[in-house]
Amino acid sequence: MTMASTNASAFAVPVATHAAVSTAGLAEKVSIRNLEFFYGDSRALKNINLALYANKTTAFIGPSGCGKSTLLRVLNRMYDLYPGQRATGEVMFDGQNLLDSGVDINLLRARIGMVFQKPTPFPMSIYENIAFGIRLYERLPRAEVDARVESALRRAALWDEVKDKLDASGLGLSGGQQQRLCIARTVAVKPEVILFDEPCSALDPISTAKIEELIDELKQDYTIVIVTHNMQQAARVSDFTTFMYLGELVEFDVTEKIFTAPTDSRTQAYITGRFG
Amino acid sequence: MSEVALNGVAETTGAAAARATALNRLRLSDIAFRELTRIAVYAVLALLSGVILALVIGSVPALKAFGLSFVVTEVWNPVTENFGALAPIYGTLVTSAIAMVIAVPVGLLIAFFLTALCPLWLRRPIAIAIELLAGIPSIIYGIWGLFVFAPFLQKYVQPFLIDTFDGVPGLSSLFAGPPYGIGMLTAGFILAIMVLPFITAISRDVFEAVPPVLKEAAYGLGCTTWEVFKHVVLPFTRVGVIGGVMLGLGRALGETMAVTFVIGNAHTVSSSILAPGTTISASIANEFTEAVGDLYTSSLIALGLILFVITFIVLAIARYMLLRLQQKGR
Repeated sequence: MTMASTNASAFAVPVATHAAVSTAGLAEKVSIRNLEFFYGDSRALKNINLALYANKTTAFIGPSGCGKSTLLRVLNRMYDLYPGQRATGEVMFDGQNLLDSGVDINLLRARIGMVFQKPTPFPMSIYENIAFGIRLYERLPRAEVDARVESALRRAALWDEVKDKLDASGLGLSGGQQQRLCIARTVAVKPEVILFDEPCSALDPISTAKIEELIDELKQDYTIVIVTHNMQQAARVSDFTTFMYLGELVEFDVTEKIFTAPTDSRTQAYITGRFG
Repeated sequence: MSEVALNGVAETTGAAAARATALNRLRLSDIAFRELTRIAVYAVLALLSGVILALVIGSVPALKAFGLSFVVTEVWNPVTENFGALAPIYGTLVTSAIAMVIAVPVGLLIAFFLTALCPLWLRRPIAIAIELLAGIPSIIYGIWGLFVFAPFLQKYVQPFLIDTFDGVPGLSSLFAGPPYGIGMLTAGFILAIMVLPFITAISRDVFEAVPPVLKEAAYGLGCTTWEVFKHVVLPFTRVGVIGGVMLGLGRALGETMAVTFVIGNAHTVSSSILAPGTTISASIANEFTEAVGDLYTSSLIALGLILFVITFIVLAIARYMLLRLQQKGR
């Protein structure tokens, strides 16, 4: 116990901001039950049971290859793009099992948006990068699209930096700006859940800080899931943390608890840097 | 002590001398190599300018006799020695256009299927089949076109086209006339088949270069496969795709043998793409052996010069487009 708290202070984890968080009385936005995932014959996720709470940030941590990104990609069925990958079990989202074959995947991905490890601006202008997603779902007059683009860019804290060059290519922005552009693009289609797959792993510390701040603001309106390798990041931005190891969900708890008083010895070993 | 030092010096000088001779030898071969590369480059330049020069000089008599009206005159009469290049130019452009209209979309679709949708086990067989298509000699396309494909078109496709568009303004003259089988449409089809492998192979390569995460990002927004293709893959790869299309167009413009077989070799300009026509290269190939008289020969060489200029313009346009795309920063 003493050891855990020592380590927590070594990380300078600002857990105080998330104090008094508990699962009691929270709405489950996504409920994962008995989820198994296979890459061909190899079993990458083993009997995962997990709830993602509405308007909270849940972090997935664990060493490389533990299945945290795989779990994230189940949530918007990104794995469907690749032959030989399949999931069994239940992922309930608004009363529907989104693993069912009848689910409209395109609509699902609009409701559960995703931001990737590397910034992925499309080869078009900054304006078009945002408007593109909006136009996939709605036929709006130009003025309304303009307004939506502006509000999405404001939401992603990018508006002031790009408002004078909306017609410039999205590829001309810096890495951090590109990543915020991708967040704006995701926000613009009005999702309910946003999945972040190591969103800062290609960014410098200042850009990382901006993105983290943004994630913290976004949870007012969205349910957020973030995969990260960076434990300080998980501690900073998340309300709940899930520790995964070798395809198993080892421990899920309030972030503060995971980083100060984990119950499982493997979690303890990981957060104190003994492996991973 | 001093002996040792002296010895050491002697050894050093000995080694240095050996090294100097070795270096000298190397220097010689180095100079030789450098000169060889230079000569190779000059040879290419000399060849290119030689070809241009020969074409220009050869076509002088024809251009002198007919002037600029050579390119807008339809008549091609060896008996009266009255020659005009309009029909071959027209035929060349029309057949190539037909070929591109068919081959570009089909090639892009095949390439996208191969890179994004095709099950893994099917990928190699299709890729090999397309490469084989590129390896078929053009004479084989020619005889297949003449004996198999043209009769098929004559019997089934062309009557259908004529009946369908009969009475439709514009289109009725495009698909008018008796179904000969051979003609510009047939040549265009054959050319399309011939350039398809080029367009497919290059598009496939550039499609494969699209980062998977970019496609995932588009799918992640909820794009359908078509939307990903249209809005992300194509814009990302357009420089490469245009390169592939231009390569195919270059091949279509210059293709001789297969076209000569199926185009009908008629020096006429017809609004119907079902009508026989001719292309520049087909005219040259057909008539060079029987070209008697300087003016006849010179007119054929002038045709060659025109083909050269057309190809050059196509390349120049391609370069210009690529340049503009790059300046726009993709």
